[in-house]
Amino acid sequence: MTRNQWSKFSDRVFQAVGLFTTFFGLAVLAVLLYDVFTDGFSRLNWQFIMSYPSRKPEQAGILAAWGGTIWIMVTTALFAIPIGIGSGIYLEEYARKNRLTNFIEINIANLAGVPSVIYGLLGLAIFARAMKLDRGVITGGMTLGLLVLPVIILSTREALRAVPSSIREASLALGATKWQTVRYQVLPAALANIMTGIILAMSRAIGETAPLIAIGALTYIPFLPTSPVSVSKSAPFVNFTLQGFLDPFTVLPIQIFNWVSRPQKGFLVNAAAGIIVLLLITLFMNAIAIYLRHKNQKRW
Amino acid sequence: MSGETVFKIQNLNTFYGAKQILKKVNLDIPPKAVTALMGPSGCGKSTLIRCLNRMNDLVLNFRYEGDIIYKGTDLYASSVDVTELRREIGMVFQKPNPFPKSIFENIAYGLRIQGVKDRDYLSGVVEESLKRGALWEEVKERLNDSALALSGGQQQRLCIARALAVKPEVILFDEPCSALDPMATAKIEELILELKKNYTIAIVTHNTAQAARVSDFTAFLYMGDLIEFEPTGKMFTAPKDSRTEAYLTGKFG
Ligand SMILES: Nc1ncnc2c1ncn2[C@@H]1O[C@H](COP(=O)(O)OP(=O)(O)OP(=O)(O)O)[C@@H](O)[C@H]1O
Ligand SMILES: [Mg+2]
Repeated sequence: MTRNQWSKFSDRVFQAVGLFTTFFGLAVLAVLLYDVFTDGFSRLNWQFIMSYPSRKPEQAGILAAWGGTIWIMVTTALFAIPIGIGSGIYLEEYARKNRLTNFIEINIANLAGVPSVIYGLLGLAIFARAMKLDRGVITGGMTLGLLVLPVIILSTREALRAVPSSIREASLALGATKWQTVRYQVLPAALANIMTGIILAMSRAIGETAPLIAIGALTYIPFLPTSPVSVSKSAPFVNFTLQGFLDPFTVLPIQIFNWVSRPQKGFLVNAAAGIIVLLLITLFMNAIAIYLRHKNQKRW
Repeated sequence: MSGETVFKIQNLNTFYGAKQILKKVNLDIPPKAVTALMGPSGCGKSTLIRCLNRMNDLVLNFRYEGDIIYKGTDLYASSVDVTELRREIGMVFQKPNPFPKSIFENIAYGLRIQGVKDRDYLSGVVEESLKRGALWEEVKERLNDSALALSGGQQQRLCIARALAVKPEVILFDEPCSALDPMATAKIEELILELKKNYTIAIVTHNTAQAARVSDFTAFLYMGDLIEFEPTGKMFTAPKDSRTEAYLTGKFG
């Protein structure tokens, strides 16, 4: 073979290998999805979605699980989004570049890579034990909040950095203060990208099981956390309470995990159906993130 | 030259870190006239003009020596409120940099951050500023459209109008036409000649023809030194320094 032929040949080989590995990944995914859907699809019905867990697989449902997932996600968001965006803004726009901020930056990047179960242990030690919040929604939410915080900080910084400096200069040259420039120009311009980062981080957190098991989340919960708003027949008619944040909870991945470990076939079907619901939720969140990112690309 | 000198620049040295950019620059910028800062790329034109509204404050390792006296007071005195100063000394940049907002909001921004809320008053200022920026006729029907949909030349006039909206006394232009085609450039130059009746103007350019067309005074900078500062007509007909002459005849730069 001449050199030219050889390089053409190796080009072909590489293409073939690349194609094969790509299809291998897709094929495995397809088999998994097929398996889950054939097992679980028939079980997906209103009764399943609106029932509490039960000892009989055909009566069991995921109401407590998805309800708990929503409670946990809301708590996580309330905790992690303000702190994450705030730190991101501070580090990117205000902090002087020195050893201390350098050290902080490296550690945030490292934290983003720490195994999630470690966060569970941290949440157990700090929120559940030291702060005596026990194993309620708030402990779970803040634990997952810690988990997503580094990712939110990093993506906030990245989004802020993507705003061209010409925008900042334009604002400052008109007599705006630094804060006005950040608040009225930089932040709005970066918001779609920040949201994308947050949603992706949350959609990862939604499937986390290990940290919640580490803090001792229960696997069998036949009720929902107390609703924050309730209506009564006598004055004051509408009642507000934060009790729900202290109530025990379970979440979808824990429920799935619990069912998978049961011997009866019926629970495996339930697990597959639960997985479908979880996948749909993640898919939906990722779709929003992709939409936001796509919409924002047209700028500048 | 009539009236009081607006900027008195005395023995100005500037540094980025250890690197000296401007070397003992002395320059007086007169009121209600166009002063051009001309010179080859990298000679320090932008550095000089960015000292005048203290945009260089944003550069971490920027340092200066000497004095810049603005209307009789030290521009860099600690008592000076930089945000107020920048309202008085507007700036237009090399690349048009409209905010990703509507045309209206671009112009109104400078007033909004000062706390102005009155919609009628804002509308009045937006209209007046766009008229002064020679853009009103082209955009009056679509004030709520995104400013990013305008052409480059229109965007640059929008940026000028935006600077005018906060009622400055001085406008600094840093190569305002270098990203524009000849037609758009001609419009901006015409506008600058109109504006000098009411505003003190400094314009950076490395285009000698542009300096000749729009300016009353020209400063020629070369490698951080101010080589020559003369009325434009005089410099272009009888440059004193051989380097000025070489630059004007296109031998370098
Ligand atoms: N923030 C900065 N940090 C370090 N060096 C800088 C910085 N900004 C500019 N310089 C350097 O200072 C010198 C003068 O830059 P300046 O932007 O003032 O030149 P200029 O005359 O405006 O050139 P041009 O016509 O290319 O815009 C250049 O050598 C440039 O590399
Ligand atoms: Mg420049």
